[in-house]
Amino acid sequence: MITLNDVYIIGAGETKFGELWERSLRELATEAGLRAIESAGIYSKDVEVLYGSNTLGGAINAQNDIGGLISDFTGLAHNNIPAISVEASTASGGAAVREAYLGIRSGEYNVAAVGGVEKLTDLYGSEVLDLTSTLLDSEWEGFFGATPAAIAALVAQKYMKDFNVDHESLAMMSVNDHMNASKNPDAHYRNVLTVEGAVSSTMVAEPLGMMDCSPASDGAAAIILASEEYVKKNKMNGIKILASAVAQDYLALHSRKSIYRFDSTVVAARNAFKKSGLKPDDISFAEIHDSYSIYGLIELEDLGFAKKGEAKKLLPDDIKLDGRIPINPSGGLKAKGNPFGATGVGQFVEAFQQLNGKAKDRQIKSPANALLHSMAVSGSTSVVHILEGN
Amino acid sequence: MGELSRFWRESNHRYRMIAIKCGNCNEVYFPPRDVCPKCHRESIGKMQETQLSGKGEIVSYTIVHDAPPAFMRQRPYVLALIKLDEGPTITGQIVDADHGALEIGKRVRNVFRKVREDGKSGIIQYGYKFVLEE
Repeated sequence: MITLNDVYIIGAGETKFGELWERSLRELATEAGLRAIESAGIYSKDVEVLYGSNTLGGAINAQNDIGGLISDFTGLAHNNIPAISVEASTASGGAAVREAYLGIRSGEYNVAAVGGVEKLTDLYGSEVLDLTSTLLDSEWEGFFGATPAAIAALVAQKYMKDFNVDHESLAMMSVNDHMNASKNPDAHYRNVLTVEGAVSSTMVAEPLGMMDCSPASDGAAAIILASEEYVKKNKMNGIKILASAVAQDYLALHSRKSIYRFDSTVVAARNAFKKSGLKPDDISFAEIHDSYSIYGLIELEDLGFAKKGEAKKLLPDDIKLDGRIPINPSGGLKAKGNPFGATGVGQFVEAFQQLNGKAKDRQIKSPANALLHSMAVSGSTSVVHILEGN
Repeated sequence: MGELSRFWRESNHRYRMIAIKCGNCNEVYFPPRDVCPKCHRESIGKMQETQLSGKGEIVSYTIVHDAPPAFMRQRPYVLALIKLDEGPTITGQIVDADHGALEIGKRVRNVFRKVREDGKSGIIQYGYKFVLEE
């Protein structure tokens, strides 16, 4: 009988998310990494393996091998510990945490660091749009003029028609994100948004406007994971990872079984709930990959918080900080920001603060369990983690 | 934005809408695939080319305002998911249509058009787009 190690988060840190013109990729990664190590109360020499998460560094910043770069500039390379780069589109963050989780769970390592970083503002907006579109099927979506926002708009148009959902309902996801981000000093946008303001924003791909779309952000986030044995030996308080699951769907939207059900999310969530022994009702709050407002609604359904077509019933009250199922206390992708490779790791930073009761103005009342959902651009990959508080 | 070969090798499919049919389950795939996702190894050696009619209906559509550099001169343009009569759903533009006339479920047929251009002196790429059927 093989025994698997339980895995705990013992430290977390991040930079501010936003347009950080004066900061480089490596500076951001190092700042987040050192904060995580400090938060864990360990030293760099205690880290046995590093997983670096990034999405478009090679294309935007002319820098591949983010694991190698972070290892070099945090000084971990001096100890010659392994450094692995993880890329899974915009789900890189969740995927990198899962790799670290598996490394500890298997017994190979006792302490692992995960660092996610992205710097999207090093090119002009139209060039960045060209490169983010390569996350789709380049030859059969991007070639014909599809962008990530256009794909989200195709999903939205059909969803809104079939389930009689208006733009105001979509906007409530963005409004909720901005309200929570106004209480998060690390957030890209801290302004409060109204439904009227959201629905009248400049059109990006109809029916979606700018306030339905997450911004291109810079930022970095890092966490430290440790085995149960290490946590007990050092008398630490960790946040336990109850379950980790990942699933895949067709890359191109047009090949999927449904255009408004993310099967990667459905399957990853189902597996995570099964492994954790929990149900959606047991979740105290969730951080979900709402890169577009429409995706937020669909994910609420595919994660099990609402029936298909009925996410609008949760809006706006149930998803607020004091609601039945608070969504994106951090401010989510729309307002905390979306630095691709850092986004999924940043969700863990938020959960670490919330579950330790240290989220200050945006603290959710005595949370027990958290669900974190990281997704590749239009739903091809989903990573779901379920965490248990102290 | 890429070498000629990257576009040239797809021209049979993009110019003439040649699809692939699985000889095991008869499902038609477009874009073409070398293995049937339903039959897996049973489909090996049985994937055959087949001509599409180019006709179908709108599953969903959007009017794109924020465009990548290769599409700047086409803004705003209509991107759609089209369910072809032979089965597959594909992504493509709808052109020559009054935006107010667009509707989910409407019939479309394919036309041969310039799809994108790679700057002033780059490659001009052609392929299918769609128009509303009268």
